[in-house]
Amino acid sequence: MNVLVCIKQVPDMESKFRVDAAGTWYDTTELAWRMNEYDEYAVEQAVRLKEQVKDADITVLSIGSDKVKETMKKALAMGCDRGAHIADDNVSGKEPCEIAGVIAEYAKEKNFDVIFTGMQSQDRGSGQVGVLVAEMLTLPAVTTIVDFVYSDGRIEVKRELEGGIKAKVAFTSPAVVTCQLGLNTPRYPTLPNIMKAKKKELLSIPIKDLLKVDARQHTDKVYFPEKKGGGLIIEGEPAELADKLIQILKEKTGVLA
Amino acid sequence: MKLLLVAEYRDGKTLGNSNELIAFAEKVGGEHAMFMVGSVSSLPQYDGKLFLADAEKYGEYSPTVHKHLLLEVIGRENPEIIVFCHSSYGWDLAPRIAWALKAGQVSEVVDYVEGTLVVPMCNAKLRREVEVNTDVTVVTLQAGAFGLAELPTASPSVEQVDIDGTGAIEFLGYEEAEAGGVDLTKAEIIVSAGRGIGKPENVKMVADLAKALGGEYGASRPVVDSEWVEHTRQVGTTGQTVAPKLYVACGISGAIQHLAGMKKSEFVVAINTDKDAPIGDVADVLVVADLKQLVPMLTEKLNVR
Ligand SMILES: Cc1cc2nc3c(=O)[nH]c(=O)nc-3n(C[C@H](O)[C@H](O)[C@H](O)COP(=O)(O)OP(=O)(O)OC[C@H]3O[C@@H](n4cnc5c(N)ncnc54)[C@H](O)[C@@H]3O)c2cc1C
Ligand SMILES: Nc1ncnc2c1ncn2[C@@H]1O[C@H](COP(=O)(O)O)[C@@H](O)[C@H]1O
Repeated sequence: MNVLVCIKQVPDMESKFRVDAAGTWYDTTELAWRMNEYDEYAVEQAVRLKEQVKDADITVLSIGSDKVKETMKKALAMGCDRGAHIADDNVSGKEPCEIAGVIAEYAKEKNFDVIFTGMQSQDRGSGQVGVLVAEMLTLPAVTTIVDFVYSDGRIEVKRELEGGIKAKVAFTSPAVVTCQLGLNTPRYPTLPNIMKAKKKELLSIPIKDLLKVDARQHTDKVYFPEKKGGGLIIEGEPAELADKLIQILKEKTGVLA
Repeated sequence: MKLLLVAEYRDGKTLGNSNELIAFAEKVGGEHAMFMVGSVSSLPQYDGKLFLADAEKYGEYSPTVHKHLLLEVIGRENPEIIVFCHSSYGWDLAPRIAWALKAGQVSEVVDYVEGTLVVPMCNAKLRREVEVNTDVTVVTLQAGAFGLAELPTASPSVEQVDIDGTGAIEFLGYEEAEAGGVDLTKAEIIVSAGRGIGKPENVKMVADLAKALGGEYGASRPVVDSEWVEHTRQVGTTGQTVAPKLYVACGISGAIQHLAGMKKSEFVVAINTDKDAPIGDVADVLVVADLKQLVPMLTEKLNVR
């Protein structure tokens, strides 16, 4: 069995963001980077699938600068077999359609049985890439899965809907699924597996070899939203803050009466 | 400008979010029509034309079939903007339509300002203005971003849509959300634990604060996904929607899906180490502090009061 997992490296969302010089993305310097949260579930599910069927080969793919290889190594340490790094120093300038086009171009003659992606990236959050890859390859795609069962080419998943209701659906591989939070519990790579991952194949391919789709949109501007609140911000020593907060609750709410 | 609005239907009923589609259309200006795979027995309130495909016949979740039904209507109507909700239905179907039409898709639109679409980025810490280069644009709207001042009361004029076609995805049925446990919607005071609590042992300090305040404790999704707290206590789009007198968010960043479940609370306190956390947008008081220090201290002070 042949499995593909697509992962994106994203900044830690608790970072202090700044707008870049062109004003069209966030400044990528001085940020802490990690694997897109949704993609951790995708990697874990791929590894579990391999553990189940035994005979499987998992390729982890990521588009980005050399820096993304750090995140790819985590996926390799979690259990992916090989890495396909699509080298692109301007990945933030690529819209979802281009990203999907590159993935589809890479995947098109490799006969992947299952392609896993995250349901969305934490920074761009378009939620488009997985479905677009499937459409480009004319494969079935099911989004937002919180349960995945594979048996002999048949896949049964649960899609999460609003309010916590789930839709149960079935289809046959080859197929694309996009993974939602809570699908599984992603493992932490162990030290021996981190060591082993260093020896795994991690090839870089220049993006120009795979980029065949034109951009259909572009970013005009990135900016900080105006603070809505008018809410009070209090800072200081915890003991003082506790007293202050109790005072506020007494004055502004009826709950401490 | 001509828009086509894609309404939603689930488990035998029209979903109310079609009003958000209408609100967006009114903001953009221009003619619009609606499309839905649903049933004449549960029509959306809409003063216009509804292209209706029968959900009994085509299935409630059958994305390829829904795509072809929608493309059939698009072929007849030639809309310039096709509008979906950014929901489990919308984000699943929209990219399929965008690719088929060679159209650019802009996801989770929160605003439309002088012809440009505005979307959030990085957990709503930043905003992005996007321009589409194609003749047709596909958009999905963030839940709650567009609202109507007055709800429509008229019934639409219905035109039936039919095609031949089957899809590769088989819908097996719905599974209801877990029931039982606490009913957070009845609590007047809720203190919720977010990922910022760091470890499962710290759920207790949040629960203790809730108790000291005479309320219940809730949680954000990661805390529930990690099985530190049961799902019935989850607040947000895929959990409970609550509106207590006091909501205290401990170590919760304020993602839109969490806010959707608690922003109607009367008074919101956020305890967060990150002064820029988006929870600040809905908080009446943002206490910039480490919850591990502040929460036990608060509980103690409340208990000796
Ligand atoms: C379709 C969909 C549905 C979803 N439904 C829901 C839902 O129903 N409910 C929900 O909650 N989420 C939901 N989510 C997930 C949501 O997008 C966020 O991922 C989630 O709400 C984040 O939870 P959090 O704020 O606890 O964690 P994070 O976003 O990781 O935030 C942790 C916060 O804790 C702060 N912090 C860290 N350490 C401390 C400390 N020591 N003291 C004080 N503060 C600290 C950080 O500054 C940060 O702001 C959904 C997502 C999707 C895509
Ligand atoms: N640069 C990238 N490299 C590899 N996969 C990506 C990249 N960007 C997005 N993806 C995949 O597409 C999913 C959805 O991303 P998005 O459409 O940007 O929300 C992510 O969870 C990843 O699985």
